[in-house]
Amino acid sequence: MLTILFDGIAYGMLLFVLACGLAVTLGLMNFVNLAHGAFAMAGGYCLVVLVNRLGFPFFAALPLAFLFSAVLGFVLERTLYVHVYRKPHLDQVLFTIGLVFMSVAGVDYVMGSGQVFARLPSWLEGQINVFGVGLGRYRLLIIVICGLLTIGLQLILSRTRFGSRLRASVDDARVARGLGINVSGVFALTFAFGSGLAGLGGALGVEILGLDPTFPLKYMIYFLIVVTVGGTSSITGPFLASLLLGIGDVAGKYYVPTLGAFVIYTIMIVVLIWRPQGLFARGVAR
Amino acid sequence: MTQAALETIGLEKKFGGLTATSDVSLKVAKGARHALIGPNGAGKTTLINLLTGVLRPTSGRILLDQRDITALAQHRRVKLGIARTFQINQLFGDLTPLETISLAVSERIGAGKDWWRLVGSRAQLMDEVAGILESFRLTDVMDERTAILPYGKQRLLEIAVAVASKPRVLLLDEPAAGVPEDERHMILSIVAALPADVSVLLIEHDMELVFQFAQRISVLVNGALFVEGTPDEIARDARVKEVYLGEATDA
Amino acid sequence: MNARSLIGAIRDRLAARSRWNVLEIAFWLVALSTVYLLPGRHLILTEIAILGLFALSLDLILGYAGIISLGHAAFFGFGAYVAGLLAVHGIITEPLLALLASGLAAMLLGFVTSFLVLRGSDLTRIMVTLGVALVLRELANRNAWLTGGADGLQGVEIKPLLGLFRFDMFGHTAYAYCLAVLFVMFLLARRIVNSPFGLSLQSIKGNPLRAAAVGIPVNRRLVAVYTIAAGYAGVAGALLTQTTAFASLDVFAFDRSADLLLVLIIGGTGYLYGGLIGAILFKLMQDYISALTPQYWPFWIGLLLVVIVMVGRERITSWTAPIRALTARLDWRAPRTPVPEARP
Repeated sequence: MLTILFDGIAYGMLLFVLACGLAVTLGLMNFVNLAHGAFAMAGGYCLVVLVNRLGFPFFAALPLAFLFSAVLGFVLERTLYVHVYRKPHLDQVLFTIGLVFMSVAGVDYVMGSGQVFARLPSWLEGQINVFGVGLGRYRLLIIVICGLLTIGLQLILSRTRFGSRLRASVDDARVARGLGINVSGVFALTFAFGSGLAGLGGALGVEILGLDPTFPLKYMIYFLIVVTVGGTSSITGPFLASLLLGIGDVAGKYYVPTLGAFVIYTIMIVVLIWRPQGLFARGVAR
Repeated sequence: MTQAALETIGLEKKFGGLTATSDVSLKVAKGARHALIGPNGAGKTTLINLLTGVLRPTSGRILLDQRDITALAQHRRVKLGIARTFQINQLFGDLTPLETISLAVSERIGAGKDWWRLVGSRAQLMDEVAGILESFRLTDVMDERTAILPYGKQRLLEIAVAVASKPRVLLLDEPAAGVPEDERHMILSIVAALPADVSVLLIEHDMELVFQFAQRISVLVNGALFVEGTPDEIARDARVKEVYLGEATDA
Repeated sequence: MNARSLIGAIRDRLAARSRWNVLEIAFWLVALSTVYLLPGRHLILTEIAILGLFALSLDLILGYAGIISLGHAAFFGFGAYVAGLLAVHGIITEPLLALLASGLAAMLLGFVTSFLVLRGSDLTRIMVTLGVALVLRELANRNAWLTGGADGLQGVEIKPLLGLFRFDMFGHTAYAYCLAVLFVMFLLARRIVNSPFGLSLQSIKGNPLRAAAVGIPVNRRLVAVYTIAAGYAGVAGALLTQTTAFASLDVFAFDRSADLLLVLIIGGTGYLYGGLIGAILFKLMQDYISALTPQYWPFWIGLLLVVIVMVGRERITSWTAPIRALTARLDWRAPRTPVPEARP
């Protein structure tokens, strides 16, 4: 049971790193980026190419995966996304779906359609024994890295000037602009950072989630669930939601295999009926 | 005393720490020509929103013909006989005035859910629709998309839609707002020509319209009823002048 | 103008909304003629008819009621599997009856899930509808004892239509069947959108606040149209199963819901023919591109979506203005010539 909890926490924290960029994007620009998973996929494939084909060490490849996705995010945001912000929601949805299709087919063409694996350093394989419980080393690493990232994010948001500009912009973009905050600049940076985090999550997740060209489609709903249940007005909301979902999914698949992922879809629908703005969001939905 | 057509008892609306409507007990008599005035931000539109069900009160009750409607949804209140116009036009941009009025009349007689008939197949409806379009001077534009109509016509349509529901109580939220000077008289004459058995509560800033129209005036300040009386009483009341003057010097 | 002529003008204008115009009649005559004149293309025409019906169902909620759904395939798939199961287990063997039953089943599902789309914003609706489709897919996947799981529903055998018309392997019966069903359901939809109910839907889409202020029970109407649209989608899904004698998990696929949005965007929403025209264009495009690059067809679809949005849907409509002017004759929503000025 403890192993399940442990696996669920690892899974949940990974989901959080993957999805928090989406949460901020949604909260900031009221824009639902269904293509968020594509940036995660980009990071994953970057890691695989660096480690498997070019022989980079695993830990050197991780920040490079982050950078790759961040740059990709920045470029796409400035060239394409920026034109779509003012459009109606239906158009935004179609646009991001289009990007997803393009990325899935594009990666299929370039990298082939099979699942790819990353070569982990040998000391990350297997388990270590903590108080008589066998904990997967890799999952432990994920918990550590994601935990540090979460703390770091919370610190950035609450202690830095950029953080307060970001929080102001999420709260009320019009007023923030009126105060002289460069909201579109904040957004470009945040989008890039969020995409980078997704890329890092994708790289870390190759081992746990599996990586193939259909990744953005398979995991789109998970990110949406995290954002829906967690709300978009804080870090803690999506964090708790990710943990809830991670543990729920792992436990659900273990204890009730015939229902499987059914559990988390049901959680999402129930939450949305009960509180359309998310479990942890404060105030009125936009 | 004759029974009120519309009555509120201790109506309160709080938004977090802000009290928009404070202990308002208002009576609109049957067949009344009752005006509600007050400085900007006094909470007049909030009151209308509470009366029609767009907002739920924090506390207090609303009675329509002695019937408690406080918990009823918007459309139910309309069915019971209360209708309103919006301060900023709320119309159906892609529909024509003809369609809009037909829709309102249709809903009123309970034919709105009919999915098997065609619009316009009921003869007595068409008589009524024609009558409304004519009395609101909309016949020349009845077949154009509402979104492209001139503002004055849109304002007339706004009132026509409310009247089409044959309400017993009609709430008019600044019907002449934004209407050019030369078209105001049309709004005035239409408001004056409303049936005598309809109780009208009028919110207006245009004092000429208010004093021409009203038999009774209530003054709302900071969400609370400040003073109430006949037009003469209000015109002579120094405190009312002060409230408005105070606003003018602040502005 | 005197009262009598005004009433006459009113009745005329309202009647004009639902009058059959020449282009519409021509459209259906051409469609009918394809049964006899294009026997070699009946397989793809059947696909077009089914897709057209599916798109029609989405138009009812998207174009007329303003509900954005990213999971409409849920009802399509549900209808498909119900029809398949009815055939496999011999519960209802006559295809037309099975079709009706599948449609009703999908309507029931639509009714039950309609409450989910009433609350929340557009974004909430997108996620909820997506979620429902995924739940169904997952259920179908996990319950292979019922659905055949990832292998699909095996052993579907479709008996002759009305006991008389056998489903031949060239797809002639199938096409005539689908076209007939499409036509009948189209007529029904046409009646509905031109009714007071349909008008109230358009008002809800345009201004839900005003709609409530006119006395329209907004939620009840939305539930009603969502239920009807689900039934239509279920019928389309059932037709797919009956004409291909097979049902698999991809009836619930996200691709299906996404492609459907594209179909409606190409054809236009809110005038019923958009789904049909979009289906024709989409299928022809898919046929052409798939022949060139069978595996990477989603890439071009994605590119098309991105381009359409970037260029702007309104600008595309202005480029195709001459065609639009022609199709506006199909669209009875277009404004008519104004009533002559009243003489003083």
